[in-house]
Amino acid sequence: MSLINIVLVIGFQGEGVRAVPLSGHVGFDSMPDQLVNKSVNHGFCFNILCVGETGLGKSTLMDTLFNTKFEGEPTQHNQPGVQLKSNTYELQESNVRLKLTIVNTVGFGDQINKEDSYKPIVEFIDTHFEAYLQEELKIKRTLHSYHDSRIHACLYFIAPTGHSLKSLDLVTMKKLDSKVNIIPIIAKSDAISKSELAKFKIKITSELVSNGVQIYQFPTDDETVAEINSTMNGHLPFAVVGSTEEVKIGNKMVKARQYPWGTVQVENENHCDFVKLREMLIRVNMEDLREQTHTRHYELYRRCKLEEMGFKDTDPDSKPFSLQETYEAKRNEFMGELQKKEEEMRQMFVQRVKEKEAELKEAEKELHEKFDRLKKLHQDEKKKLEDKKKALDDEQNIFKQKKTAAELLQSQAQQAGGSTTLKRDKERKNVCVLSHVVLFLSTQEHSLNSRS
Amino acid sequence: MEQQKNLEGYVGFANLPNQVYRKSVKRGFEFTLMVVGESGLGKSTLINSLFLTDLYSSEYPGPSHRIKKTVQVEQSKVLVKEGGVQLLLTIVDTPGFGDAVDNSNCWQPVIDHIDSKFEDYLNSESRVNRRQMPDNRVHCCLYFIAPSGHGLKPLDIEFMKRLHEKVNIIPLIAKADTMTPEECQQFKKQIMREIQEHKIKIYEFPETDDEEENKLVKKIKDRLPLAVVGSNTIIEVNGKRVRGRQYPWGVAEVENGDHCDFTILRNMLIRTHMQDLKDVTNNVHYENYRSRKLAAVTYNGADNNKSKGQLTKVDTVEGISPLAQMEEERREHMAKMKKMEMEMEQVFEMKVKEKLQKLKDSEAELQRRHEQMKKNLEAQHKELEEKRRQFEEEKVSWEAQQHLLEQQKLDASRTLEKNKKKKIF
Repeated sequence: MSLINIVLVIGFQGEGVRAVPLSGHVGFDSMPDQLVNKSVNHGFCFNILCVGETGLGKSTLMDTLFNTKFEGEPTQHNQPGVQLKSNTYELQESNVRLKLTIVNTVGFGDQINKEDSYKPIVEFIDTHFEAYLQEELKIKRTLHSYHDSRIHACLYFIAPTGHSLKSLDLVTMKKLDSKVNIIPIIAKSDAISKSELAKFKIKITSELVSNGVQIYQFPTDDETVAEINSTMNGHLPFAVVGSTEEVKIGNKMVKARQYPWGTVQVENENHCDFVKLREMLIRVNMEDLREQTHTRHYELYRRCKLEEMGFKDTDPDSKPFSLQETYEAKRNEFMGELQKKEEEMRQMFVQRVKEKEAELKEAEKELHEKFDRLKKLHQDEKKKLEDKKKALDDEQNIFKQKKTAAELLQSQAQQAGGSTTLKRDKERKNVCVLSHVVLFLSTQEHSLNSRS
Repeated sequence: MEQQKNLEGYVGFANLPNQVYRKSVKRGFEFTLMVVGESGLGKSTLINSLFLTDLYSSEYPGPSHRIKKTVQVEQSKVLVKEGGVQLLLTIVDTPGFGDAVDNSNCWQPVIDHIDSKFEDYLNSESRVNRRQMPDNRVHCCLYFIAPSGHGLKPLDIEFMKRLHEKVNIIPLIAKADTMTPEECQQFKKQIMREIQEHKIKIYEFPETDDEEENKLVKKIKDRLPLAVVGSNTIIEVNGKRVRGRQYPWGVAEVENGDHCDFTILRNMLIRTHMQDLKDVTNNVHYENYRSRKLAAVTYNGADNNKSKGQLTKVDTVEGISPLAQMEEERREHMAKMKKMEMEMEQVFEMKVKEKLQKLKDSEAELQRRHEQMKKNLEAQHKELEEKRRQFEEEKVSWEAQQHLLEQQKLDASRTLEKNKKKKIF
């Protein structure tokens, strides 16, 4: 029972770690079990994204992989854009509970212009990274009970043309390779013959390499699984066939597709790579896929996001920032920005007010000028009228005088009808004088008349 | 949203636990254990017994042999391997604790140490470039109570009160072989009473769904606090080699469940609850520290520097990350600015309208007056015209009249002349 364990020295710089032998069984070798128990109690979760054109058998493959019928009707080809539909299922196998989320791209590859087809997918992945990041940054957070919605594996369905990858495939995979673990698979591979398949795989792999697309490599650092993983890496991309229908082969019911010329058995490794896919994806590397998502893809997203927001690890003097300082600095910067904006807006308003005031003053001035002019005109008119009036009055006065004089004369003449010549002479004289005056006046009148 | 699905065949994700197992073994484990207590209570001996190794030896003396003038906090790291599983064990001890005449604030270095480890973790977690984050946080604190038989000392109570929300405290009765079982029982009861009285939260064993396990847990809970005995010597008892303490009257065996609770402690601390201690540290104690720290940084502006480390209005910022909060503030500010802008616009427009209206009014007024004056003038013109016409008429008629009269007069004078002439004849 008492074993002397070999001493292992690990290089922990400056930590002064010493390895000590144990003289008996302490019992911490149960730690992995403790950890496993905790995980099992907590339940597992896994999220798969299926990217591929409509009709490549994505849903059928999922059903086949997980031995169950998930939702849905097959989609039509007339989708206006790419949408992502996700469904979550609770599965249980022995004592292991798995929360499985399957995300499907609906309408991928159906549009005439596919330039933006990758965008909804990238956005979807980023959204879930962002959700995790926000949770991680909360002041009061519950990370240990947070339902991880990040995509852990992306199965990219390649159409079985037998020739090469489509440009849509290359573009999409290139956009996704730094965000998610991509596992490319050849869909409906029962349409390709064995020899064509080998060539197809080589072509695909070389195209991926030459375009710098990083697909997921099964990990080879753990001795227990290194061998099987590295073998499988050589079989990528997996050529799969999916089927939920069962056919009797020998005395067993197996999942298969029946053709007039034979039956394609899904789980027959000579017929397709389905078993390899299941082995790698679920039975061997599921945990690694989750780990890679968290430690590589998510960290990359997080780093970019934080850098975008202006966070740095060290200040200009290369001294490391403490979180507190970083936040405070950010906050001050932020507040300063806000205040500046406020000031700017105020200034702008002050400016506008000034301008408008000047405008209105101008308008007012013009108005006054206009009316001054009118007033002046009016004054002139008035003056003219006054003159005319005066003239008329004068005329009238003259006339009046003339009239009164004449009338006076007449009345006098009438009064002294047959009276003395003297009177008459006098009157006559008067009349003469008067008539002279009248004549004179009438000439004046005339001249006045002609003048006015 | 989630549907329960039944599987019609073996899929294989039941293998997930194995995958987790595999990866954890590859990664290795870490654990930090803190031992606190006055000198001479057998702390180093107990650690050596627990881990069946000479962690403390003449080369690496235990805390009681490293007498300090003031309380220090020191740590030593050892790497141990067993059954393919690697454990990096850090033991933190506090030489000088409780040994002075005046022990006020002797817990402060301990608190500072725990906080600084939390701070380190928080900073490394918050870096932009994060690498492997070593977990140096204190996962468990074994607090040694002197076996006086009477109760807790004021120092014990004070220490536990100050640290129960920062670390998992497991109180132990040291040198339990100085008490008889009955004395021990009494002592334990007394201690638990006092712990409850002072509302001290010691580490609690989690409930499980398993009935059997729960029974075991209950048994352990009844024996708290655990009374332990440690030993560096191996003695032969009845042909067996055991760790124990040799007395004239017999051997107190460390691993004998009737003699002390050492086995329970070891099982609990190492074999069954080590992971849970780490989880509670991570999910509860660390999160408390973090949320307090961040709340102090973000919401309260000028008060920040004064209230560092104290709970400040956490309720109002619950569930918001500082960045999201800044976003929120930015949005609020935008809304405020928009509102301000709108208000200013409104006021502006109103004033302009007023002014324009005034202008219009005065224009209308002037126009009106002008019109009126014009009308006036025109009326006067008309009047004048009328007057003139009348005048002309009058003149013409008068002149006509005069002319007639003149004619008459002329005729009359002519006839008079004629008559005169006639008369002469």
